[in-house]
Amino acid sequence: MATFSSTVSTQVPKIGQGGGDRPPHIRDGGGDGGRGDGFPDYGRRLRRARLGLAVAIAPIVMLFVSFTSAYIVRQGLPTFDERSSTYVREWIPVNLPLALLLINTGLLLASSITAEMARRQITRQAALAPVRSIPGVSLGQETGFPWLAVTLVLGGGFLTGQWMAWRELADRGFYLATSASSSFVYLLTATHAIHLAGGILVLLYAAGTSLLHKPVEARRVVVDVTAWYWHFMFLLWVYVFALLWFLR
Amino acid sequence: MVAQDAHAHAAPQGFVRKYIFSLDHKVIGLQYFFLALAAVFVGMFLSLLMRVHMIWPTAVLPLVGEIKPETYLQLLTMHGTIMVFFVLTTAPQSGFGNYFLPIQIGAPDMAFPVLNMLSFWTTFVAFVVILAAFFVTGGAPLHGWTGYAPLSALPSAGPGEQLGADLWITSIAIFCVASLMGALNFITTTLDLRAKGMTMFRMPLTCWAWFITAILGLLAFGVLLSAGILLLLDRNLGTSFYVPLVVVNGQVMGHKGGSPLLWQHLFWFFGHPEVYIAILPGMGVASQLLSTFARKPIFGYKAMVYAIMAIAILGFVVWGHHMFMSGMSPYSAFAFSIMTMCIGVPSAIKTFNWLGTLLHARIRFQTPMLYAIGFVSLFVSGGLSGPFLAQPVLDIPLHDTAFVVGHFHLIMGVAAIFGMFAGTYYWVPKMFGRMMNETWGRVHFVLTLVGTYCIFMPMHYLGMAGQPRRYSQFTELAYLQHLLPLNQFITYAAIVTIGAQFIFVINLFWSIFKGPKASDNPWEATTLEWTTATPPPHDNFGGHTPVVYHGPYEFSVPGAPKDYVMQTDPAGVAAH
Repeated sequence: MATFSSTVSTQVPKIGQGGGDRPPHIRDGGGDGGRGDGFPDYGRRLRRARLGLAVAIAPIVMLFVSFTSAYIVRQGLPTFDERSSTYVREWIPVNLPLALLLINTGLLLASSITAEMARRQITRQAALAPVRSIPGVSLGQETGFPWLAVTLVLGGGFLTGQWMAWRELADRGFYLATSASSSFVYLLTATHAIHLAGGILVLLYAAGTSLLHKPVEARRVVVDVTAWYWHFMFLLWVYVFALLWFLR
Repeated sequence: MVAQDAHAHAAPQGFVRKYIFSLDHKVIGLQYFFLALAAVFVGMFLSLLMRVHMIWPTAVLPLVGEIKPETYLQLLTMHGTIMVFFVLTTAPQSGFGNYFLPIQIGAPDMAFPVLNMLSFWTTFVAFVVILAAFFVTGGAPLHGWTGYAPLSALPSAGPGEQLGADLWITSIAIFCVASLMGALNFITTTLDLRAKGMTMFRMPLTCWAWFITAILGLLAFGVLLSAGILLLLDRNLGTSFYVPLVVVNGQVMGHKGGSPLLWQHLFWFFGHPEVYIAILPGMGVASQLLSTFARKPIFGYKAMVYAIMAIAILGFVVWGHHMFMSGMSPYSAFAFSIMTMCIGVPSAIKTFNWLGTLLHARIRFQTPMLYAIGFVSLFVSGGLSGPFLAQPVLDIPLHDTAFVVGHFHLIMGVAAIFGMFAGTYYWVPKMFGRMMNETWGRVHFVLTLVGTYCIFMPMHYLGMAGQPRRYSQFTELAYLQHLLPLNQFITYAAIVTIGAQFIFVINLFWSIFKGPKASDNPWEATTLEWTTATPPPHDNFGGHTPVVYHGPYEFSVPGAPKDYVMQTDPAGVAAH
């Protein structure tokens, strides 16, 4: 190092081409697998999982944006009427079972609240876990209300309610291929339901891992991310419902 | 959630966990690479059949027999689909990106290794499903890789439009899901797993390209998926999203009121970003290699990054230029035309910077560098016809001609392939620990460069002379008779060029097993993959995490002991 010319400094590392002009930004970057003592770093895992979720929401939004644009375009299109040989606007407003859908919305809102309770509950449990592991320390018994189970029941209730809404639509004569409007009702509700069902599967997995004595911190990551996903599902449902109702 | 699980344990033992259902991003990257290699040979074989048929229309060909007009369209459809999805989207992004993005940013693996494995195997299933379309009743679909409705939406529209078309769209939908999983992983990895000191603006341009490409994929594939779902519903459940009231063979179909243009809008909203999904990783590799082999810092690093971003953003607002023929309002066409020509600006910035990097350089003309220069050449040649086609008044006469075939093959096909070749020759020493044969690499380069120019340059002339695309036979058309010698020339060039690819494959496999051993840093490059062992160990850096002190292109730094400074070199930092 002593052989370096005067243009060289080993003291203040600066970055050259393409590096900007900040000193080396020692960022708490990635992937060293934890604290170096053999324990996984759950804080980093949680942050990474939340980031993954935030990224994963983008394509789901794009899917619904693209359905929405198709909806609006298709709604404005005239249809060729072979009897009169003219173009007519033939968008049949779907007679939605409003009361049932409002009940479903209430169920999903309630499940979103219980999912949040479950998330906060497990966050508390995870925070206290290191204290509990100290021999001789007693923190008293957690109340342990089964928020996760309630969320699952309410989520299942929402899906059942959506199924009933489909049956109701069919009774009113609106099938998938009846008209473009009814096609979109089934398409949007089904796509939303599939995404929610994915959330239910993950919650079932989280509930399952609680039986397998996985560390509470690991379970927390799953529950936390699913709760945020669940809130997104609620907002998405409000959007879908509003689209189908106000643009019917 | 599963981020560190793969590396919290020792390297997997047993063949299946190690090479088949591996969680290691390096193995998954190679799986993608070899999947794309298999796919490219299928696609190339199909193009050979098409070229042979065009000049010998009555010839009976191996495997397919006599080529009828619909057979030709089936070959064309499958060639396009396999090449675009399973080669151009798979190898540069998922293949090289999977292998080298984590290493270049100093991470032990991707953010979500299980998701990464699922992503590959989902792609594999998609590939099997699309190949299955060849073997069902009616054969493969004939609606082109763009799958325009109502042809693609009506099972009675032609041979191959029954089960074959269902398999086609199902395969694409599966591929979309796989690509979304991959993009999610790439973005999270880039944002969250960079090593200490690896700021965003110290990432190699390859990483920038993979990162931006992942964002493009994340936003584009969701739209293609939605379009595919609507198409499947129209085909199988009687809805009318795309299909208007139509009569096929005297029979009124049950649909009414749908819009074929809706498919075109959704498809091209995906389709144009897809062009950049194919080419951006190639740009990243070209930038990396030009700087490394010119022994100079890349000219205008930040301009390169912003140009990639600008290309990506503009790529989302130009889809209408594929639809000038659809009877769109001239005002819309004008807007799309202007936006399209705007893409020329960041593209020109990139080209200028590449040439600036080469200026006054003592270039090391090794095979990877030849391909990187070839990439620039093809990017310019293919790109220059872009502003022609961006103008509705020129696009309308040229649209359905061979001119467009020449244009997009040069820029999207061959340029991207040259990016892959450059990457292959450059990284095989790291991936397999053996050098590829230099002499045969050069022979392969010359034959491929000259060959592809001989194939695709004359197509521009053919298009201007009025030769339509997608016609299986034109030898009997009087006004195209005089073009037959040129078409024969193209076919001969194609045969030679395809033959030359066997040089590459033999060189590749021979080198993997028998090539001379490679050192850890044979090209004297600066980025992180060259700081680790060859091939890299299971956790990439053998138990320690690299710390980054430098930008990626510190070549010929005044005062430094060597003509390059590794990114991890803690000493010898130039003070500017």
